[in-house]
Amino acid sequence: MTSTTGSATSAGNTSAGTATTGTLFTRIIGAAAIIITAWVVVSAFFITPADVQQGDSVRIMYAHVPAAWIAYLAFITTAVASGISLVRRHRTLGFDRVAGASAEVGVLFMGLALITGSLWGRLTWGTFWQWDPRLTTTLFLFVTYVGYLAVRSIDTNPQRRARRSAVLALLAVLEIPLVHFSVVLWRSLHQEASVLNPDGDVRLDDVMLFTLFSGVVAFTLIFVWLVMHRQRLAALQDAQLGAGLEAAIAMRRAETVA
Amino acid sequence: MVQTVTTNDTATTNDAVILLADAVVVLGGFPALAGVNLQVQPGELVALRGANGTGKSTLLRLCAGLAALSRGSAHVMNVDLATNRAAVRPYVGLLGHRNGLYADLTARENVQLTAQLIGAQRHDVDDALARLKIDSRVAATRATSLSAGQRRRTALASLVVRRARVWLLDEPHAGLDTAARVELDDILHEATQAGATVIYTTHEIDRTDGRVPRTVTLAGGVVATDDSSTHGVSR
Amino acid sequence: MRQALVVARKDLLIEWRARLLLVRVAPFALLVLVLFAVALDSEPLILRAAAGLVWLAMLFSSLMLVQRSFDVETDDGAVDVLLTGTVEPAQVYLGKMLAAFAQLLALATTLVLGAVVLYGATVGADHLVLLVTATLSAAWGLSSVGTLYGAVVANMSGRDSLLALLALPVTAPLLIAASRATEAAFGSQTIDTASGWAWTALLVVFAVTFTAAGAAAFGTLMESDA
Repeated sequence: MTSTTGSATSAGNTSAGTATTGTLFTRIIGAAAIIITAWVVVSAFFITPADVQQGDSVRIMYAHVPAAWIAYLAFITTAVASGISLVRRHRTLGFDRVAGASAEVGVLFMGLALITGSLWGRLTWGTFWQWDPRLTTTLFLFVTYVGYLAVRSIDTNPQRRARRSAVLALLAVLEIPLVHFSVVLWRSLHQEASVLNPDGDVRLDDVMLFTLFSGVVAFTLIFVWLVMHRQRLAALQDAQLGAGLEAAIAMRRAETVA
Repeated sequence: MVQTVTTNDTATTNDAVILLADAVVVLGGFPALAGVNLQVQPGELVALRGANGTGKSTLLRLCAGLAALSRGSAHVMNVDLATNRAAVRPYVGLLGHRNGLYADLTARENVQLTAQLIGAQRHDVDDALARLKIDSRVAATRATSLSAGQRRRTALASLVVRRARVWLLDEPHAGLDTAARVELDDILHEATQAGATVIYTTHEIDRTDGRVPRTVTLAGGVVATDDSSTHGVSR
Repeated sequence: MRQALVVARKDLLIEWRARLLLVRVAPFALLVLVLFAVALDSEPLILRAAAGLVWLAMLFSSLMLVQRSFDVETDDGAVDVLLTGTVEPAQVYLGKMLAAFAQLLALATTLVLGAVVLYGATVGADHLVLLVTATLSAAWGLSSVGTLYGAVVANMSGRDSLLALLALPVTAPLLIAASRATEAAFGSQTIDTASGWAWTALLVVFAVTFTAAGAAAFGTLMESDA
């Protein structure tokens, strides 16, 4: 049996009868996200001090670290949702929708983490890329999820697509630690005294820590907001297909006449 | 086309090999089966007829556990296809539109593969090949070089070797010459004598050779007529 | 396990008949080695990079083998016949993995010989055991990942490029480990034999992990839906 909605809160309806994906919950989250993000931006640019060694380029940290955090949060969310959708027998498409939505949003943040990380490295060390484990693993995560989304876009059958992408998401859980571990071992061969992480040398005072923390909170709220809307959109699309089924069945049976 | 209702309706339900109630199968948004009701008893031989696109192939695939059930209920060999359709596979032998042959293996090797996987004896393979009138020359030819009819017969030989409880054949007569068709009918009849349940789809009007099977006609994804008058089985 | 051997034997028999490995894949792999030499244009550099290049060529060639392994199954719906029966999907996976392993092992041997001949790599007698063990482990790992991802993309349109996109990132740890271990076996300045064995251990971990994953996921992946 297929399910039409799997999320805890259902989509709202305007008085005109068209469905929207916004509810009180998402509006609250959205508002909070905007407020906190505004604070982070102000704090990052004006309130927090520049770093002793890196100068103002350290401010990229306030975008990079939260973005990387969300990238991994999305990865975990997709993996957990995929695991549940494989184990459960009924109503599994809802979890598949969450997995897909989380992956889409996650890829965005992975890309953001990579770009900001690369820029930060450029400003600090003069090179766009370092083969350090964290950046490299994030790159692999990004490529893996691009592949995941490619599979989702090609496969037309909802159940088969759910199964295929769920397996891929769980395989990524195996793959990513292996990649990270291998890269750590690999780079340790090259006798680098310190891992070339820009944030390895930054001394964080209270204001910076708080801003960083706020950034993580803000990005998490944005992530949740985006995933909820994306998931509901998919649910509405599926519901529409399901509603059309009754009519389709009637039409199909009518083929016997004439 | 008379449907007789007998009083032991409920008693036969539990013995039914195939029990479909308002079964709906949706493929790519399209309801290939739009509410099929069908009961088949063990040892029955059923001919499934209907124009192209009426859902015959989908019905077979549903019973083989290969298509997902969207609505209604479906039980084959007491396996609930809604919850665990993979569990029906050991009981079912399906001959679909494609033959399922490996192009680079000979006819004999293809049949042997089936035999080896289920642990059948070597002579079972020889028997099956002989039964399908596949001579040693054809048996030693790679599948890619066989004619369509020879490929069909090879696939049928694999099915014979499998000795499944439920045989599902999709247009098995297509591509066979007259003599081969008679042979096929003999084989299907023998299978039911041995206790298997056989359902096959066909476009043909069946030959009158004294063995008229129960004929179920599909139209618009549902059962239109169910000719069980010669068998006294309720619909 | 018996059924897995039947499936493996079937795959190898088909490969023997079609001779794809011999006639197409191995020549392609050797050609890749030659092209590397042409592109890098420096014998000392090539010699230093020999191990990595061997495994890079292996990676690309393995995709061709795996692709073929599943095209054979889906061309005429043969895998559906395999699975509608009393065969456990895990057995089918293990059988196909075994067959892939045998072919990849043959290919790896060819490429190592190719590196010896074309790049001037040398293998001391004291490093032979390491080389053999590393090669076996890496071939195992590649066959397990390849067969698994081959199943993921089976029957999809555009599966050739999709297979590469999905499988290559996953094989990166294997590439790193196999290259370092083989480098140690070729007698490197930077990697000692003990490290070579450590890398080989990582290869085994990789192979075991993905063999288990493949056996578990194969049934789900090959489940038909139409």
